[in-house]
Amino acid sequence: MSEIIRRDPRREWIARNRLHPDHASVLAALGVNSEGGGAASEWLGPNGVVRKNPRAIGFIGPNGVKRIDRSGLQQGGQATATTTAARDSRRRVTIDQPAFMVAVVPDLTGGRLSSHDKDLLGLARRVADADAEQPGAVVAILFGEHKEEALGEAGIDRVVHLDDELYAGFAPEARLAVLSAVEREMTPRFWLLPDSPLGGADLGRRLALRLGERAATGVWQVEADNEASLGWRCTARGAAGSLDIQRPLPRVALTLAECAEPVDETRHAAEPVSLAAPIPTTLSRIEDLGQVAVDPAGVALAEAEFILSGGNGVKQWDAFHHAAKVLGATEGASRVAVDDGFMARDRQVGATGTWVTARVYMAVGISGAIQHLQGIQRCDKVVAINLDPGCDMIKRADLAVIGDSTQILAALVAMVEQQRGGQRDAA
Amino acid sequence: MRPEQQQTQQKTAINVAVLVSIGRHPTTGRARRAEQDARGLELALAVAAELPGSQIDLLHAGSKDVDSEAALRGYLGMATGVGMATGVGMATDVGMSTGVGMGLESMTLLEQPEGSDAILPLVEHLAATSPQLVITGARAERGEGSGLLPYALAEHLGWPLVNSLASIETVENGVVTLLQALPRGQRRRLKVRLPAIISVDEAAPAARQSAFGPARRATFLAVPTSSEADGELAQWHLGSARKRPKRLKIIKAASARDRFKAAASKAEGKGGQVLTDVTPEQGAEAIYKLLKEEDVLR
Repeated sequence: MSEIIRRDPRREWIARNRLHPDHASVLAALGVNSEGGGAASEWLGPNGVVRKNPRAIGFIGPNGVKRIDRSGLQQGGQATATTTAARDSRRRVTIDQPAFMVAVVPDLTGGRLSSHDKDLLGLARRVADADAEQPGAVVAILFGEHKEEALGEAGIDRVVHLDDELYAGFAPEARLAVLSAVEREMTPRFWLLPDSPLGGADLGRRLALRLGERAATGVWQVEADNEASLGWRCTARGAAGSLDIQRPLPRVALTLAECAEPVDETRHAAEPVSLAAPIPTTLSRIEDLGQVAVDPAGVALAEAEFILSGGNGVKQWDAFHHAAKVLGATEGASRVAVDDGFMARDRQVGATGTWVTARVYMAVGISGAIQHLQGIQRCDKVVAINLDPGCDMIKRADLAVIGDSTQILAALVAMVEQQRGGQRDAA
Repeated sequence: MRPEQQQTQQKTAINVAVLVSIGRHPTTGRARRAEQDARGLELALAVAAELPGSQIDLLHAGSKDVDSEAALRGYLGMATGVGMATGVGMATDVGMSTGVGMGLESMTLLEQPEGSDAILPLVEHLAATSPQLVITGARAERGEGSGLLPYALAEHLGWPLVNSLASIETVENGVVTLLQALPRGQRRRLKVRLPAIISVDEAAPAARQSAFGPARRATFLAVPTSSEADGELAQWHLGSARKRPKRLKIIKAASARDRFKAAASKAEGKGGQVLTDVTPEQGAEAIYKLLKEEDVLR
């Protein structure tokens, strides 16, 4: 092809004249020449100047007004805002020949990585990636089933997953046998565990004594230090939180929440690994008889796992209390329900009441004032039952059902009772 | 309910060792009885009330001076009124007359200077006296306070260890049934073969008040030990706790528009499912499915 720009003055003229009957087709033809598909938003003009068509770009916003996103994410055409936001810019990292290993045993509460686990993995990543020439690999040892799909996005390179009945419940001896096997096979440079009552604190201390290490507990800060034997120095809380202990980072460390930033710029392989040698079975002197049913009303609202919360939309409070009893949920309430005298003041959820941390929060007839939404910020799953599909609680909820709360609760109670009855018959 | 005669057959007295330390008042910093250790002793007293004739051995490793003595006597004043509290009038009399049962007349003191390692003397003493049950607090209120001591004892003695105990249900035939406290107010029932070590934290029942008179009258039984200085601890730098920095909300945005969106947008659940125009049964079924998935229905 020659270097000379071939011009069609008539077509250019039509492209400039948006009242011309052929305007759209000519623009489309120009678009085919340049990028393909749709009307062109940018093309090279006759004198080598870039011409832009502002009418071909942008999208119709929620209020019916046309918006143009000039952040550079939108490349012409009628692309919607949702597709552009979903682009993943994280770097993919694979470590084939790790110089060393950093072992992490996350709590995996409810089958998911908690924020504490993610902070811990962020710390492990920092320790592993300190030397860019010789990066280490983070190996995570997971016990029991997990629902986490994106383990690699939390910064895990290798996964040792043990999904066996043996490790369910309180089985410190069996779990310790696995960790000892990992120690023999991989010899990690560091063992990092969460210092949390969910299991990490117990297992980590057992592991430290088994390995003959004096673990650092309550670690909240880790810094590089050339004088320390392993190259790191840590600050740990001691004496019931009243002391700060600065010491070289030992091989086993139990860290507090927010000890490091979670990983968010890279994606890792999370490659499954299995242990070569069989794990020796230990005869446990501790027998787990399972969890005991506790009265949900006696559980403090701030630490309840499952909360059924009622607001202005609840009309039949007897049915509400019955539902809470059948579902085994702790009762909560919005401010309106408390002010109207239907619930006690200590049951109020929200900024002026209790900040709850439930895994499942079920809001019945609560429209979601901002103070209430603040109070449930740390809940994992929110279920809303409401008559108004436009309220703020519906926007926050993971599952929202629009309808009459009395009928839906009654149906749910019937379903749970029926299921329980069926189970009892089978047993 | 169990048959009466079976219960009497299996009720054998046991030896309980309670490890106590010197606590620190969180605001004034004065020496006091440690919160968790006192709860451990409370638990031991409940066992002793349940099994008449049981022996409680109070054990402390450390030096004795004016401050620490006052703190340690706080534990010794706890034994009074056990019989009254449980309504067993005879138990107190038996205990008083024979010197066992409610025996908090003395405390065993493994004497060692400040800053020495408490683990080895304790292991030696426990191996020699071999109690069936050892109860400790989860972590100390002074010094390193790492909470490693119960685990070190378990590892050295080879006994099973249960952490975070809420209550002791029964002790029979060398097996103890316990309730372990889990986060979120849950409880788990465990059966452990004796001898065992139990560590106690805030979930256990609160300790009773200490009575001044019995605390005054109680004596200390000093046992000299071969102590070894804790060299590692001496090398560390200890300082009063700094306030931890508050985590900032870091927004990694390429453009001003993204930054503005992050600052101005409300916290909203992503991908929330909204069911409109469904029958109550369909709605209830969707909710039931979610509750099952999250495993909150028991």
